[in-house]
Amino acid sequence: MSTVTVALEHRSPVRTLGWAVPALVILVALPFVADQYQTILLAYGLVMGIAALGFNLLLGYTGLLSFGHSAYFGVGAYTVALMVKYLGVTSMEAYLGGAIIACVLVTAIFGFACVRYTRIFFGILTMALSQVLWSLAFKFFWVTGGTDGLRVPTPTLLGVVTGSGDKIAFLATAYYYYVLAVFIACVALMWVIVNSPFGRALQAIRDNEVRAAFVGIQIRKYRWVAFLVSGVFTGLAGALWVPLNGLTTPDIMHWTFSGEIVFMTVLGGFRSFTGPIIGAIVFNYLKTYAVGYTVYWQLLLGVVLVVLVLSLPTGIVGTADRLRARWRAR
Amino acid sequence: MDIVFIHLLNALLYASVLFLIAGGLSLIYGVMRIVNLAHGNLYAFGAYVSAWAVGRALAMTGGETGGPSGMGSTVLMLAILPAGAVAAAAVGAVLEPTLLRPFYRRAEEYQLLVTFGLLMILDDVIRFIWGPYPLTASALFENFGSLTIGDAIYPTYNFLVIGVGALAAVFLWAFIYRTRFGVVLRATSQDMRMAAALGVNVNRVYVQAFTLGCLMAGLGGAIIVPSQSAVLGMGVDALILSFIVVVVGGLGSLEGALLGALIVGLVREAGIAFFPEIELAVLYLIAALVLLVRPAGLFGRA
Repeated sequence: MSTVTVALEHRSPVRTLGWAVPALVILVALPFVADQYQTILLAYGLVMGIAALGFNLLLGYTGLLSFGHSAYFGVGAYTVALMVKYLGVTSMEAYLGGAIIACVLVTAIFGFACVRYTRIFFGILTMALSQVLWSLAFKFFWVTGGTDGLRVPTPTLLGVVTGSGDKIAFLATAYYYYVLAVFIACVALMWVIVNSPFGRALQAIRDNEVRAAFVGIQIRKYRWVAFLVSGVFTGLAGALWVPLNGLTTPDIMHWTFSGEIVFMTVLGGFRSFTGPIIGAIVFNYLKTYAVGYTVYWQLLLGVVLVVLVLSLPTGIVGTADRLRARWRAR
Repeated sequence: MDIVFIHLLNALLYASVLFLIAGGLSLIYGVMRIVNLAHGNLYAFGAYVSAWAVGRALAMTGGETGGPSGMGSTVLMLAILPAGAVAAAAVGAVLEPTLLRPFYRRAEEYQLLVTFGLLMILDDVIRFIWGPYPLTASALFENFGSLTIGDAIYPTYNFLVIGVGALAAVFLWAFIYRTRFGVVLRATSQDMRMAAALGVNVNRVYVQAFTLGCLMAGLGGAIIVPSQSAVLGMGVDALILSFIVVVVGGLGSLEGALLGALIVGLVREAGIAFFPEIELAVLYLIAALVLLVRPAGLFGRA
């Protein structure tokens, strides 16, 4: 491989707080300033941010490109929908718990098979396995509703807040803050993971597999655990996404949705911690407005992707860092 | 017994088209080590161009050839049908030097991403040119009528498709193993640097291989469009099936693509007859199992 791997930049805690606190203030204040539509749109962005964050543990930190993360997003979403359909559960915390358990089971099995390979074969195997789940969701219509999908009513948050009455208002306030809280918890947890000895080991494997093996890292086991954690984060995002969308269809299991997760991560920059989050939020706006603006939104996004990969391979965050460095050097 | 024969014919029909698509994908991977996610769209593009060209030709010459069902029309339509293959090859010849060439020296992730972007673009280009409605060339299919096999009847046109698939396999084999160009192609595939050092113009070989791969995909689309219609989304579906084919057979191996296409054709036909709910899941599971047992595929080189 002729790629030069750039070490992920680790900012000092003080400097991190320098941008994290203002960002947090904006996110908390938004429902008071923006209208309901904008708030819900941002909630979608935050949910996709969790999914991309999980995905990037594999791509950015472990060096494995998965083209099957739609499967785990879908497992999270369908677990919630099936809990509603068969068990009549309404508690959001139960949904999240159920989604995590289901995702651990699925990613443990899929990951066991996939981490034996790297590079292109890893990508194809993850894609093939995700398509197995997609075709099951698609064909077993008496369980999954087929292409009609399954409806999910607004859940009960923390056992007290219900969405009875104005659904939009519920989504734009209570549910938005719920998503934001889970989002912050996920970001914090992922930050701890990538800066832990485990996270360092993953980066060592990514940069040089042979050397990592020589210092005693059990490569396959580490990759497997990374796969599991990555899938569970994305599955959690799927579970949070369903009440927001109100409906889950097999589309979110299809491999082209995996492609979108890859897209948003690269858009933000997969060589940085914040890249996938920013990429997901930007992609969400980009897609929403492109879909509203033209029926040929795919063309628009495709051109953006090609131009991005051709000219800005480090994504938004990488490019911003470079510009800032150049500005400082002057 | 007749019904088994019909199923076998259907499996062969399916395998022929799949071989053309997956063979092209595999050829491109074998020579330039690129997995082209937009390959299925070139197949769709071929189907659309052929259906459109056949329709135009019929409309323009309607009176003179004795209507769509006349003998003259059939010959005309057959002559025009390969237009889709030529169009797909032309697109390939433009895409490789402009979009793909900058990526050979970069990580695989970027190659996959740029072809994914291409997939999205081509999807909408097709929608933009031909609109959201299906396009057919069914007059050709109907003109061939049908054959009676025992108690069953079978469309004659399908035999043509099977024949084209078989012929393509033979020609491709002869092309790659019996011509000078084939030698250069195989040499470049095995060691690009060494081939370049020995005076092979690698850039030209890459364009030719990519164009040939796209031609095959376009031909697959062109020959299937009279019996099925060209619809949006056919490219993405075909891509996934040809992935299964190349994974089973081995990425980069044409023999593998042939065997893989036959296996997928048979399993799919059996699936439609006996286990329709899990037909697709079984196919993907077969691909996953082959990858686990023989990562390079049945015919592949690691």
